[in-house]
Amino acid sequence: MANTISPLFGHNGAPLSESADTARATLAGMLAVRQFEEAVDSLFARGLMHGTMHLSIGQEASAIGACAALEQTDFITSTHRGHGHCIGKGADLTRMMAELLAKQTGYCRGRGGSMHIADASTGNLGANGIVAGGIPIAAGAALAQKMKGTDRVVMCFFGDGATNEGAFHEAVNLAAIWDLPVIFVCENNKYGMSFSTEKSMKVEHIADRAAAYGIPGITVEGNDADAVYAACNDAVLRARAGHGPTLVENITYRWKGHSKSDKNLYRTKEEIEDWKHKDPIVKFENRVIELGVLTREECDAIAADIREKIRASISEATTAPDSDPAELLASVYRAIEGGN
Amino acid sequence: MAEEQMNFRKSIPAAIAAEMRLNPNIILLGEDVGAAGGVFKTSLGLFEEFGPERVLDTPISEQAIIGAAIGSAAQGLRPIAELMFADFAGVTFDQIANQLAKYRYMSAGQYKLPVTVRLANGVGGGFAAQHSQSAENWFLNIPGLKIVTPSTPNDMYGLLRSAIVDDNPVLVFEHKGLFNVKGDISNERIPLGVAQVVTRGTDLTIVATQLMRHRSVEAAEILNSRGISVEVIDPRTLVPFDDATIRESLSNTSRLLVVQEGPAGGSWGSDLITRTMSDSWSLFDAPPRLISSPSTPVPYAANLENAWLPSVDKIVHAATELTSY
Ligand SMILES: Cc1ncc(C[n+]2csc(CCOP(=O)(O)OP(=O)(O)O)c2C)c(N)n1
Ligand SMILES: [Mg+2]
Repeated sequence: MANTISPLFGHNGAPLSESADTARATLAGMLAVRQFEEAVDSLFARGLMHGTMHLSIGQEASAIGACAALEQTDFITSTHRGHGHCIGKGADLTRMMAELLAKQTGYCRGRGGSMHIADASTGNLGANGIVAGGIPIAAGAALAQKMKGTDRVVMCFFGDGATNEGAFHEAVNLAAIWDLPVIFVCENNKYGMSFSTEKSMKVEHIADRAAAYGIPGITVEGNDADAVYAACNDAVLRARAGHGPTLVENITYRWKGHSKSDKNLYRTKEEIEDWKHKDPIVKFENRVIELGVLTREECDAIAADIREKIRASISEATTAPDSDPAELLASVYRAIEGGN
Repeated sequence: MAEEQMNFRKSIPAAIAAEMRLNPNIILLGEDVGAAGGVFKTSLGLFEEFGPERVLDTPISEQAIIGAAIGSAAQGLRPIAELMFADFAGVTFDQIANQLAKYRYMSAGQYKLPVTVRLANGVGGGFAAQHSQSAENWFLNIPGLKIVTPSTPNDMYGLLRSAIVDDNPVLVFEHKGLFNVKGDISNERIPLGVAQVVTRGTDLTIVATQLMRHRSVEAAEILNSRGISVEVIDPRTLVPFDDATIRESLSNTSRLLVVQEGPAGGSWGSDLITRTMSDSWSLFDAPPRLISSPSTPVPYAANLENAWLPSVDKIVHAATELTSY
């Protein structure tokens, strides 16, 4: 049975907080990312999950607000910090959990893990363990759309650190000169591992870099789902109309360490606490309650429903069969598998 | 089908055109591949026939070229990406080694990557250290890629066509020293992973690719005139590798000489010797030999470059020694 949060698709451009349906879906999406990651954080801490993982807790408005600007048939490329993008594009929570638990029922039958979830059925072209590795691939997927004459777009997620990689420059320039339907969404969480953007670049905003490619660039309050959605929606419309890519920079912050071994030596407790007061979920909840779109009780009910979904994802995934070593050789080359 | 004479260089656009005519999803992208016809003139005429929609000139952006090939392949196109000199694979190594080769496996087969990457490899007249390498060896340790190393116009033509229709990433190495070699073209695809027995013989098996295959055939003629009967085998593709044909030959000759352009370390020749020794130990009457280039970058000076490449003399000499066991 599917265990998804039914993301918004085909929304009309009005603020997400304005109607009960969109407010509900947005809140559910952000809570799903938050609770999914809290759950895997705890599974990991208890030794029930192995490997490593990168949590996006604190950045939920970026993933969910951006994906809300897409149609179901559009595509995304994602990053090592990609659970939110996956969920935003409609992934099944149980199959995600199963992948992280290295189960045969996971999206990649346990070959991928947290950093490599791909889901062809929801247009997720895959997360990436290489910083900026997905950016040229997004340009390619967009080239295919242009050549096939579809009106589908590709939303390409990456971090602030990725914009210092050569691959970023090459891919954005290529997408710009060919007017490819890509939305470059930079999740600027102020750090690439321990290195702050103040140290890693001379420009103030990553969006400033768009000028170098002759495309629009916009800096957005990334913890405000409405603001992210509005900027991404404009960019999607532009891309769909054949006017080429846009660089959207979502200013946000990760509460947790970079990955599992981060002692946060490069930033202060005060800075982290400060950003926790800018919680994107609390911000959105307060807004919809203030606007009278949802009540506090309704918001709590959504959170309870998501908790149930996450619990179900864990219990179902935990009892699923482990990845099958007999299939170790499958999927390296196409012929070995005989067809898929 | 009618055979026609063609040189190695021209067999490349001929193969690409043949497949592009059959499938509108095939595109060619790379630096200078359009109106200019390619730096090595290996895409001559394609821009005129297929237009700028299917023959795309790119900026000098190797990561973007391979990335665009990967993404468009995952979305149903069959891109042929040209990297010009194979050495430039170093600039986009991530896209080839970490993205292209692993995409299918990491996604458990959800995506297929029918990408052909064309690269000009090998020593070819004083291009020196950064434009002459046998870069095919760099990729042997990366499962997920197929590696094609053609030696004749017919192999170039037939193997390239098969690479283009293969559903996997295939790296096709076009040796710069062979562009002007002429030969008959049979206008057909040649399956990947099937070696060619170039000359039949009973005393010694020589295995060699590309330029070294031609030198080995020359050496075999000299050896034959001295009463040593040599079987020259060209594997034609390094991945998949046709071990069976070599084992069969060894069961007749009991002696193996591998001739390879490029240093020995981490190379297909060393691999082949390790594999045959452990799988077919009992077939050998003499220790196998590898003739390779010395472990240095490719030098510029013509005399140094010549000395760097295994010569016909060297092959004759090693073969004579081996058969005297
Ligand atoms: C090419 C490459 N270099 C370095 C790394 C190690 N690494 C993993 S994540 C990361 C930081 C990336 O920063 P950013 O793009 O801002 O994303 P964030 O982690 O902040 O979401 C680094 C350096 C890598 N995975 N790939
Ligand atoms: Mg960052």
